[in-house]
Amino acid sequence: MQFWIVQTLNSLALGGLLFLLASGFSLIFGLMRIANLTHGAFFMLGAYLGASLLRYDHDLGLWVSALLAGLAVAALGGLLERFVLRRLSRNPLGQVLVTLGVSFIIADACLMAFGGDPIPVPTSRALARPMFVAGFVFPTYRLVVLGVAILSALALHILLDRTRIGAMIRAGVDDPAMARAIGIPVSRLFTLTFCLGAGIAGAGGVLAGPIFSAYPGMDADMLPLALIVVILGGVGSLMGAFVGSFIIGFIYTFGIALVPDLAYVILFLPMIIVIALRPRGLFGRLAA
Amino acid sequence: MTGAALEIVGLRKNFGGVPATQNVNIHVAHGERRLLIGPNGAGKTTLFNQIAGDIRPSAGSIRLFGREVSTMPPHRRAHLGLARTYQIITLFAGDTLERNVALALLGLMRSRWNMFRPIDAGAAMRAEILRILDLVGLAGQAGQRAGTLAYGEQRRLEIALALAQKPKLLLLDEPLAGLSAEERVSVGALIGAIPREVTVVMIEHDMDTALELADSITLLHHGQVIVDGTREEVLADPRTREVYLGH
Amino acid sequence: MKWIPTALVLAAAALLPLLGGDFYVNLASQILVAVLMAASLNLLVGYAGLTSLGQAAFLGVAAYTCAWTGVKLGVSPVVAAGLACLMTLAVSALFGAIALRASGLGFLMITLAMSQVVWGLAYRLVAISNGDNGISGIVRPSPLGLSLDSPGAFYWFTLLVVVLALWFIAILVRSSFGATLAGTRDQPQRMAALGHNVWLIRFAAFMISGFLAGIAGLLFVWYNKYIHPSALSMTASAEALLAVIAGGSGTLAGPVVGAAVVVLLKNYASAYVERWNMMLGFVFLLIVLFLPEGIVPGVKRLLGRGR
Repeated sequence: MQFWIVQTLNSLALGGLLFLLASGFSLIFGLMRIANLTHGAFFMLGAYLGASLLRYDHDLGLWVSALLAGLAVAALGGLLERFVLRRLSRNPLGQVLVTLGVSFIIADACLMAFGGDPIPVPTSRALARPMFVAGFVFPTYRLVVLGVAILSALALHILLDRTRIGAMIRAGVDDPAMARAIGIPVSRLFTLTFCLGAGIAGAGGVLAGPIFSAYPGMDADMLPLALIVVILGGVGSLMGAFVGSFIIGFIYTFGIALVPDLAYVILFLPMIIVIALRPRGLFGRLAA
Repeated sequence: MTGAALEIVGLRKNFGGVPATQNVNIHVAHGERRLLIGPNGAGKTTLFNQIAGDIRPSAGSIRLFGREVSTMPPHRRAHLGLARTYQIITLFAGDTLERNVALALLGLMRSRWNMFRPIDAGAAMRAEILRILDLVGLAGQAGQRAGTLAYGEQRRLEIALALAQKPKLLLLDEPLAGLSAEERVSVGALIGAIPREVTVVMIEHDMDTALELADSITLLHHGQVIVDGTREEVLADPRTREVYLGH
Repeated sequence: MKWIPTALVLAAAALLPLLGGDFYVNLASQILVAVLMAASLNLLVGYAGLTSLGQAAFLGVAAYTCAWTGVKLGVSPVVAAGLACLMTLAVSALFGAIALRASGLGFLMITLAMSQVVWGLAYRLVAISNGDNGISGIVRPSPLGLSLDSPGAFYWFTLLVVVLALWFIAILVRSSFGATLAGTRDQPQRMAALGHNVWLIRFAAFMISGFLAGIAGLLFVWYNKYIHPSALSMTASAEALLAVIAGGSGTLAGPVVGAAVVVLLKNYASAYVERWNMMLGFVFLLIVLFLPEGIVPGVKRLLGRGR
């Protein structure tokens, strides 16, 4: 019983982290038609930044660190969009290659700056302490991560569905040419969306720290998970990213726990099924 | 002119709830010349795309030469004898005219899977390519890149690709669009010279040229067939006037 | 007289072991393997218009199959190679069937995701792959009784295989099939209307590309006598793609030049700096921003005899 509860919570926490990673990727792809392969590196960079901030000043706390790291990664994303991707707006393949190149640069820079050993990210004592409910032990932090992911999903949903900027982003996702024609500042929206997506990934990386630690290769571990989530859920769909994240969170966690050798193959199955039956993904409107 | 080359029954297509084709019934006999008219947005090209297989209909049936094809992929319909041109010119712009026609000829040849023989090897194929380019008056430019042709010449090449398929049913989507008066006459003559055993369905706005080529007319409006009949019947019908003049 | 430069390069390549030391011969063997990888990928990227970021998966599948059957099951190198080819074809068919449901960026994302899964398996399926330890003790074949253990002999063998493969590609892209493949890249809708089965053409190209990458994998594993998961990492796929793009996609000489540049750069870089990945990233940036068409078309244009 304890096993199932813990694994379920682990699944939910991983799903939450995947959502923080994949929602930004999905948004960026949906609006800009860029497969941002830097996204895994943004996530890892966030984790490393969070670890360093907390090491520098332990009283800063996880939340402030996540916010600061998120802002830093968002700024980096903005620079990448404005000064590199912008120049390649007519060369979608070039954009993908550039994001790939930048991901290598970031990954290597992290290795250079932080070394090859994993760096743990501490949480506050209150979050680290397990909860005891009805005789069962609950890891508190996993619940908190889940809560943050749900709150972020709600916030993104409100941003996209209830605000003017959100309406513009949705218009841009549905029909970029038309959006430009009716005077929506698509170029500024691009930068904003890129910053937003990168920032969420960076903050998500910090929140992942207490669970995974910050380690070299985290980017290469996370990117395919994000891709699978997005392919599964549907590109450009917030709902798709949300549902896809938790599906993958569960499959991966239980896969690792029950059939460790084959967890990676099992991960692959929902993606194959969805691609075969519904290439645009569970909730997608765009064909990828 | 017995039997149907194309028979469409109860065809319907919705795009996100919006009907683009509604309950369309069309019967085109062997060898018939059918003109498809209607205002912009009437669903003419959408109908073509369904006949050719680029779009799956939501309901209804399409029969080509008596065979149900509504779920058949486009390339297999081509093997049944269907060919089409595009309203928006769709050529292999970076390739020579020769290569463009070769790709059209290869479509129905087994040797298209040959991975070892150079494509430009066969003398028979070369002769056939030049014959087809000559049909549309482009034999002199066989070695030129399609993208460098003048607009009117590109329209001719569009038709040449379809003719290379030796179609039994030819769908022409606005073959005269964007042409000068002179070019319209010559492309019109080119279409008029298509052998009678080929059934032709044509979308065209230029009535002066197109009417002469047509035996019969179908008028579409809002995705529905409004009038259907011989040239004279459709032109005399008050509903035709209504569609084009408004109420 | 178009064959003269090709003949000169071939002659120089064939004479290399007589002129250079073992270091250069081994470096040349590495370049040849990278050339075959890039050329196989170029079939997809350049001729089919399908950009894959998972080519290293096929190299890995062939290399691991060869290593596993050879070392753990103890079959002969030739049988191991045959099994590796079959396995690569099977995996290519599976991956092709899935990835070709999409095109464009979707295709790229799916190939990347699938190859990362293979990479993850190589790390985690320890029973077969030995995980992070890799598999060592792979034996090179001895075709016709000739030993390939010396650097020179292995180089000549590799040269022969790679030249044959490139020759096959050169014939293929000029054939009817090659023309229809390029047609599906430029106008897939029109190709379908002309009676071409676009999906099947792409699938065939994917299989051939995967198979050739598998051959590169065999050469790779025989050269190193060792295989480690890093050989099928995203970095490895990215290197192959960089070689194609840098050299000039859709040209025959492009992947040859591109692969040579990437391998030399990597060797040069690793001799002086540790940061190959960072350098790889910057090379990506520079090529895409300043030489997007690639070296071969770029040089042709500069020489004033390009299109």
